[in-house]
Amino acid sequence: MKYLSTVLAIINKDLLHELKSREIVVSMLLFSVLTVVVFSFIFEPGSEFKNEVAGGILWMSFVFAGILGLNKSMMSEITGGNFSALLLAPVDRSAIFFGKAASNFLFITLVEIFTIPLFMVLYNVNIFANGFMPAVIFVLGTYGFSILGTLFSIISVNTRTREVMLPLLLLPVIVPVILASVQALNVYILGHDPADADKWLKLLGSFDIIFTVVVFAVFDFIVED
Amino acid sequence: MLKKIFSVKSLDILMVSFITIALYIALVSAPSEKVMGAVQRIFYFHVASAWIAFFAFFITFVFSILFLIKQDYRFDDIAESSAEIGILFCTIVLITGPIWARPIWGVWWTWDPRLTTTTILWFIYAGYIMLRKFIEEADKRAKFAAAIGIIGFIDVPIVFFSIRWWRTIHPNVVQKGGGGLHPDMLNAMLFAIFAFSLLYLAMMIKRVTIASLNRKIDSLGENHE
Amino acid sequence: MPESLVEFKNVNKKYGHIHALRGVSVSFNKGEFVSIFGPNGAGKSTFLKLLCTMTAPTSGQILYESVPLNKLQDSFRSKFGVISHQPFLYSELTAMENLRFYAKMYNVADIDDRIKTLLDKVELYKRRNDKVRGYSRGMLQRLSITRALLHDPDIVVLDEPYTGLDTHASDILTRILTELFGEHKTIIMVTHNMKQGYDAASRLAIIKGGSLVLDMNKSDISITDFEHKYTEAVSR
Repeated sequence: MKYLSTVLAIINKDLLHELKSREIVVSMLLFSVLTVVVFSFIFEPGSEFKNEVAGGILWMSFVFAGILGLNKSMMSEITGGNFSALLLAPVDRSAIFFGKAASNFLFITLVEIFTIPLFMVLYNVNIFANGFMPAVIFVLGTYGFSILGTLFSIISVNTRTREVMLPLLLLPVIVPVILASVQALNVYILGHDPADADKWLKLLGSFDIIFTVVVFAVFDFIVED
Repeated sequence: MLKKIFSVKSLDILMVSFITIALYIALVSAPSEKVMGAVQRIFYFHVASAWIAFFAFFITFVFSILFLIKQDYRFDDIAESSAEIGILFCTIVLITGPIWARPIWGVWWTWDPRLTTTTILWFIYAGYIMLRKFIEEADKRAKFAAAIGIIGFIDVPIVFFSIRWWRTIHPNVVQKGGGGLHPDMLNAMLFAIFAFSLLYLAMMIKRVTIASLNRKIDSLGENHE
Repeated sequence: MPESLVEFKNVNKKYGHIHALRGVSVSFNKGEFVSIFGPNGAGKSTFLKLLCTMTAPTSGQILYESVPLNKLQDSFRSKFGVISHQPFLYSELTAMENLRFYAKMYNVADIDDRIKTLLDKVELYKRRNDKVRGYSRGMLQRLSITRALLHDPDIVVLDEPYTGLDTHASDILTRILTELFGEHKTIIMVTHNMKQGYDAASRLAIIKGGSLVLDMNKSDISITDFEHKYTEAVSR
């Protein structure tokens, strides 16, 4: 119970912080929409080929915007030493981690909620034409991204090259998340048999579970100064 | 001390002679492949390098866990050394692969699951090594690197499966040659792997010695302040 | 002989080959005000980190009320209130929002009453709804004192609290520390400021090269003698 209330207190604080500063979501949103717009220059307007790459472009925009947001989100903890203060609090330290990961998850989801309709208009693609399963893909993919992204952002803000280190560490490790999310999304965009998406959803689910457990196991060790 | 130097020296001599024999077997005594011809001989060192790379990253994984539990910096030295040697052999795999692929498949590169996984692996550990370069404090460096060493290795099979599934969606342009190896070829390969293992061991001893000497130098600098 | 609150038993802390603390044995009793002096890099910060359970010793034992560190629950950390040279505050939030958040993390009862009492003490209640970003260094430090005392800790740990403070803020800090000392709280302070450190304390210590080179009651030594001893210890 105490665990959950710690997680909620951190989410609550992060949302409040974001409402006041608007540092994270706005910059992420601008960046993701911009990526979507810029990527549209790689093919002829109205070409059939675009349906095959649309899912990939959408995910790439979330991944790059997400990395931007993760960096910003962790910087607000580091400046002023708040992260140390959180570790000093009489709470389970992994609850602090999952609170931060949940906040990041919410921020990225918010960006997705605004980007997706705009994307569907700009690319003339309805990703929900074959049911609302794509929403599940976004949730599972974003969770996997947030959980490792939050851990790696804690690591990267402690390095000399803060902004560069996060994508270098995170991108190769989340290859399965990107691959599975894009492939599963393509199944729905292209109207293939939904059963084709099953294994990708299972892969996403397994990735999420495995790394939740792994992070839970190592977090205490790596933050203890 | 003298005895130690002598035993390291004798390992070096043993290693050099085994590598020379392995070269002779691979380039001269092993039978030529009927279809592929002489270029197939690169296979022996290609496979041996791949084996050493994976083994080296496994050692990094094991000693990362040990470091987090025991907080013994010698384990950190071993994890670091093994990752560096691993990436060296990983690079050899990525260079010899295309050299072999070009005359046989007609392309330098193919998104074959093994080759692609090796590439992702290369990036994960390149990130690991960069991270170490960019953190000043020895304790943070060791802890954060250990987290990457653990997460990176757990990620490898997931990356492999996701890429394999991805490649079966699209028609597989090229297939690896048939499974049955000529017994002489198999022996040549096993010998190459053994010789490379000796090479790995010899390099590890030297690299770990350097790492621990570096640590001593760092501690001397600290006392002068 | 009162039961010691915190006891270090031959504590060593190594970061790789760097030996930050060497075989420190010391114990603190309830109600003591200890000022710890020492040159830069002497191991003071490491000592404080070990003390407030932020890091574990490489060897040796630290006992809290005779219980070893590794047997303690997370909730034990509520015994400590830490005032660092970093404010431990979110600059985009108001004082109230910062304090409410930390009060929740510390499970404080009657949050708003507690916050009001403390903010009145540091003369910041009027500014409670201002963003921390606009605070001066002194106000920030006063607020961070409030933050550290929210949960009424038994042990107050201070790391160079006087650095960069204006006279007003430093007077308030001294007043609060005197008050806490009067309430029989244990106070452990690392400082460079000889006068403030000496005046407030009941016990004096010097750390040098990772070892405790001096540890005595204030009543046994005058400030000039202590200053002399400090110069001697540091230059040795």
